Amino acid sequence: MLGYYIRLALKSFRRTPGLTALMVGAIAFGIAACIVTLTVHHAMGRNPIWWKNNVLYAVTMDSWTPEHPYDPADPEHSPTMLTYRDATYLYGSDIPKRKALLAFVQGVLAGAPGQTAPLWAMTRATDSGFFHMFDVPFEYGGPWSAAADRGPKPVIVLSRRTNERLFGGRNSVGRTILWNNLRFRIVGVLNHWDPKPRYYDLSGGGTGNFGRPAPAFVPFKWGPMLHLFPNGHVSCWQAPGAKPIETYRQMLGSNCVWITMWVELPTAAQRERFLNFMNAYWAEQRTMGRFQRPRDNRLWKVSQWLKLHHIVSNDSRLLLRVAFAFLAVCLINTIGILLAKFLRGAPLAGVRRALGATRRQIFAQHLIEVTVLAVTGSCLGLALGAAGLAGVRALYAHSYSAYGALAHFDLIGIAWALALAAASTLIAGLYPAWRIGRVSPARYLKSQ
Amino acid sequence: MTLSEAAMLRMQDISKIYRTDLIETHALRELSLEVRAGEFVAVSGPSGSGKTTFLNIAGLLETFDTGTYELDGRDVSRLSDDARSRIRNEKIGFIFQGFNLIPDLDIFDNVDVPLRYRRMKAPERRKRIESSLELVGLAARMKHLPSQLSGGQQQRVAIARAIAGDPALILADEPTGNLDSLMARQIMDLLEKINAMGTTVVLVTHDPELARRAERNIHIVDGVVLDPASQSHLPQPAPQVSGAAD
Repeated sequence: MLGYYIRLALKSFRRTPGLTALMVGAIAFGIAACIVTLTVHHAMGRNPIWWKNNVLYAVTMDSWTPEHPYDPADPEHSPTMLTYRDATYLYGSDIPKRKALLAFVQGVLAGAPGQTAPLWAMTRATDSGFFHMFDVPFEYGGPWSAAADRGPKPVIVLSRRTNERLFGGRNSVGRTILWNNLRFRIVGVLNHWDPKPRYYDLSGGGTGNFGRPAPAFVPFKWGPMLHLFPNGHVSCWQAPGAKPIETYRQMLGSNCVWITMWVELPTAAQRERFLNFMNAYWAEQRTMGRFQRPRDNRLWKVSQWLKLHHIVSNDSRLLLRVAFAFLAVCLINTIGILLAKFLRGAPLAGVRRALGATRRQIFAQHLIEVTVLAVTGSCLGLALGAAGLAGVRALYAHSYSAYGALAHFDLIGIAWALALAAASTLIAGLYPAWRIGRVSPARYLKSQ
Repeated sequence: MTLSEAAMLRMQDISKIYRTDLIETHALRELSLEVRAGEFVAVSGPSGSGKTTFLNIAGLLETFDTGTYELDGRDVSRLSDDARSRIRNEKIGFIFQGFNLIPDLDIFDNVDVPLRYRRMKAPERRKRIESSLELVGLAARMKHLPSQLSGGQQQRVAIARAIAGDPALILADEPTGNLDSLMARQIMDLLEKINAMGTTVVLVTHDPELARRAERNIHIVDGVVLDPASQSHLPQPAPQVSGAAD
């Protein structure tokens, strides 16, 4: 009967082409609006490394001044980065399976064959653990060794894009390149890796929280070694009467927070040990006059880290609500039109009932009609949604806005569209189909 | 076999009241009647007498308030809506005054409708559709839409649709009401032909001339069947021979 009902549905659409176009259009525009906002919203809020959510932890300590909160808008909010002093001390622990310090430093790449101009490259200063912890894929070579971290040795990892620009995408591992006028050996080239949001560093530095990964990576210690001031987000406070920061050494000993620290703690016991380690350090520092605020040492899961940074913007939430309200309006209109259309066809339903159709069969016939309508509307909605996302990308092509970076149609978007279509079918079609199924066969036979 | 045992339709004390907030309308008042299998019965009466209500109840299109109704030997008084739909589909063929064809289905598909609901296989459906359209003389117009046919032809399609499922009972509600006299005679000829093939026909009509062509006449006034003896203006049924006498 399914084929028969589909044929009847198509005939019904041909009978009322204007109404059909109106309903398909309403469903399509409602779904397209939801697809665009849902795709961006979903991409904003997703955890790109969910499979390690209970293993990876961002480390924070409240080293801020007792005089005023770190974030006046949210007084409970401690700094999300560490001072150099705290970060290097905590990094010295051997409790974590892996660990990494993250900061941005300025870098200039030169000396590649055929390179005519130096390439400015905001460089990620980090540790070899970074690549292992975050499952960073390599096209050529791999991360540098732990020994290179300690040196530090002049080794560098290039992003795929940088390797394409400097070496035409060929395997450059083993070659040397000038980084800030020092000769560095290329040990690895990343494969495509562009997690969004850039969960491992939400300090807003570089290309923003949704930007591309850094074009180059060097061992963390090269920053202090070359006295390279951090090029990402830095927040400082100074005790009353303290001298202003003028030298790099003063910067390292200051209360400025600028380092993000991640640790890999696979077991609960390791987590507890590391937290105890942090607490002991905090207590020791407090006796020396630091950490005058209440103790707030924390380990943040990736999901908690994303939430802490309000990575899903309020604009996105608002847009999502507006889009769903729009879909609801579209569906309500569709329900009204369907109801009117079906009830206008009640005499025909009465004839079918007289000829032996059960209520369920009449209901099924009309529900299939709604389903065909919803499928058509959804297909059009998918196309409009794809066009909408392309439009958003074009609109934000030259900015670091999350909307431009995240407006990509993916399987999740299609899944959302299908789920929306199914829900729309049920919502828009159930009641009108049920109403027409309840038609008394005798009522319309004389008037037909 | 007695007459009573061979009843196709037996109603006993059927009452039907239509209620609104303000008024109650007694459409049928303890109506009792019996139609034997293979009989051709005409039901007549003035407007508002309850003929259509009788027909709707007989066709299981409406329920009734009190009484009992047996169709082809089965008590159908208190069946579920699904069961009534099934019986309508299998045992009853309807012919309406306004033809009630589905306008955007061609003739073939119109006749196909009741067979679809019986979940018949396609070859069987095709066979039945073709033979019933042949019987009404429209086999050559299968792919025409109802709007491309005359009123008489549309009614013949409706008859083909009614008989395609090989029902035991045909209920015809003023089937010639929208037709001229020539067409009306042709439709009556068809109904007689179908009746001659063994199908029971109950015809509701205003037209005394058509009623006269039936084997038996039943006159309904104010929701009750008049005593045949009081219907001097209508032809009385021919004497029936009891099956038991055979």
